[in-house]
Amino acid sequence: MTGNRRKKAEKTMKSLFFIIATASVAVLGMIMIFLFMEGLPIFKEVSVKNFLFGKYWYPTSDPPDFGIFPLIIASISVTGVSAVMAIPLGVMTAVYLAELASKRVAEIVKPMVELLAALPSVVIGFFGMVVVAPFLQDIFDMPTGLNLFNASLMLAFMSIPTICSISEDAIYSVPNALREGSLALGATQWETIIRVVLPASISGISTAVILGMSRAIGETMVVLMVAGGAAMIPGSIFDPVRPMPASIAAEMAEAPFRGEHYYALFATGIVLFLFTLFFNVIADFISNRYRQVGEASL
Amino acid sequence: MSDNNIKMASEHLDFYYGDFKALHDVSLQFRKKQVTALIGPSGCGKSTYLRCLNRMNDLIPISRVEGKILLEGEDIYNTSWDVVSLRRRVGMVFQKPNPFPKTIFENVAYGLRVNGIRDKSEIEKRVTESIQQAALWDEVKDRLQESALGLSGGQQQRLCIARALAVEPEVVLMDEPASALDPIATQKIEELIHELKQQYTIIIVTHSMQQAARVSDKTAFFYIGKLIEVGDTDTLFTRPRLKQTEDYITGRFG
Ligand SMILES: Nc1ncnc2c1ncn2[C@@H]1O[C@H](COP(=O)(O)OP(=O)(O)OP(=O)(O)O)[C@@H](O)[C@H]1O
Ligand SMILES: [Mg+2]
Repeated sequence: MTGNRRKKAEKTMKSLFFIIATASVAVLGMIMIFLFMEGLPIFKEVSVKNFLFGKYWYPTSDPPDFGIFPLIIASISVTGVSAVMAIPLGVMTAVYLAELASKRVAEIVKPMVELLAALPSVVIGFFGMVVVAPFLQDIFDMPTGLNLFNASLMLAFMSIPTICSISEDAIYSVPNALREGSLALGATQWETIIRVVLPASISGISTAVILGMSRAIGETMVVLMVAGGAAMIPGSIFDPVRPMPASIAAEMAEAPFRGEHYYALFATGIVLFLFTLFFNVIADFISNRYRQVGEASL
Repeated sequence: MSDNNIKMASEHLDFYYGDFKALHDVSLQFRKKQVTALIGPSGCGKSTYLRCLNRMNDLIPISRVEGKILLEGEDIYNTSWDVVSLRRRVGMVFQKPNPFPKTIFENVAYGLRVNGIRDKSEIEKRVTESIQQAALWDEVKDRLQESALGLSGGQQQRLCIARALAVEPEVVLMDEPASALDPIATQKIEELIHELKQQYTIIIVTHSMQQAARVSDKTAFFYIGKLIEVGDTDTLFTRPRLKQTEDYITGRFG
């Protein structure tokens, strides 16, 4: 009878795990339904086009303007500028750790990079506010150090660990046989890294970059604290901006429940969600598409 | 010693992985345009020895070399030697085919590019020649721009040979190049070695006595890190001097 009991236990376990798995999917689904339910009503007031491409975000004036174009531009530009800083730094750190550093150095540096990921975003935001902002203000003689550049820099700090550790795994998993094959042809270590190792790990590195970026675009606290908060289309990277998450976080508390402003903020949330969804789909696509790299199979 | 026909030689070579001594006092000479086979039981140090000849072991941090390896009379472990140019002169084909995840064409062109050849027609010419030389041309001529990973194992190995030949080395090291291949692919590679010997000095590790007998002029027998016996292949296989050698080649080993 023990056989039967074991089978039964197995079945119970299986259904238990199934319920747990469905539960998290269900919660995800509920959040999405809620997001759309609370966001879509705004489109009774403004058209989708005017909402997305309207240049003015004055949700509390009379009559209010609900154009989130400046917020979208702010999010994209902050993420883009932070990518320009974080990608080279993150990937180069990964190359250094995986290919060049001695074992001892790697053992020290790696946990430190990972620790950077453990820093609460409010701490990074605080650092940007108290240290970086006055510094920028002094050096460049600007009216405010809380701006697009500062926010991008802080976001770069936050995405470097993601980019670095995923890239490092990708580089590390390139078979040694490829490195040896390259060196045996008279390539230098440098040429081997640039022309063989990096191309062979490009899918992992791309995934790393996109995940890092999707973390940056959704990040709220840092941009709330250091981006400057002006809902204008920036003219230079030293202008203050108001990315979507900052706008939502700053205004939600004062927006009247189920008023137009409230709906508009949820609709902004939908747009933000679509952005991160897009990033993740791309990341997935790339890692599937270039899966077959590395050592030849016989 | 100053024999003009000696391309490469090792003199009293000792090799260590950390504290483990993997090669003991190996002295061996390789003549120009000859094929030398290295045989011996698994773990006896054949690969280690081969990888000393193009300093591939430099990549292993704990390793250490004592003694000399001479290429045309010059010690390659001398500090003034440039490893990159050494590896260009002493090419290597690995046991497992290791094509780069690039196109077939780029796999062969890679060595040329890293060696500073920029001229497009020159690259094209040498890629074509090397693939032809490696007896692969007919099978790949219509798909040069496809990924090399789509080739069969035997084709990949011949591509790796083509890749090694493209940079026109003087010596070609082969570590069991046919161990993962079927008899037909193996035969092609053996025929290829016959062709290549017109031009190159070849050193090949093999586990197959028949293969050693078929392709090589000289055979060296290694056992637990020591060179036991070396001689003309015909002599070594028919009249070995030492009992150990005889036991190994007749399969009575234990
Ligand atoms: N990277 C390494 N670190 C430490 N020891 C090693 C390393 N590579 C090889 N060895 C040891 O050195 C000895 C010789 O190994 P080697 O690979 O040269 O043998 P081989 O004759 O090529 O064997 P096989 O025929 O199985 O390929 C073995 O005892 C092996 O365990
Ligand atoms: Mg071996």
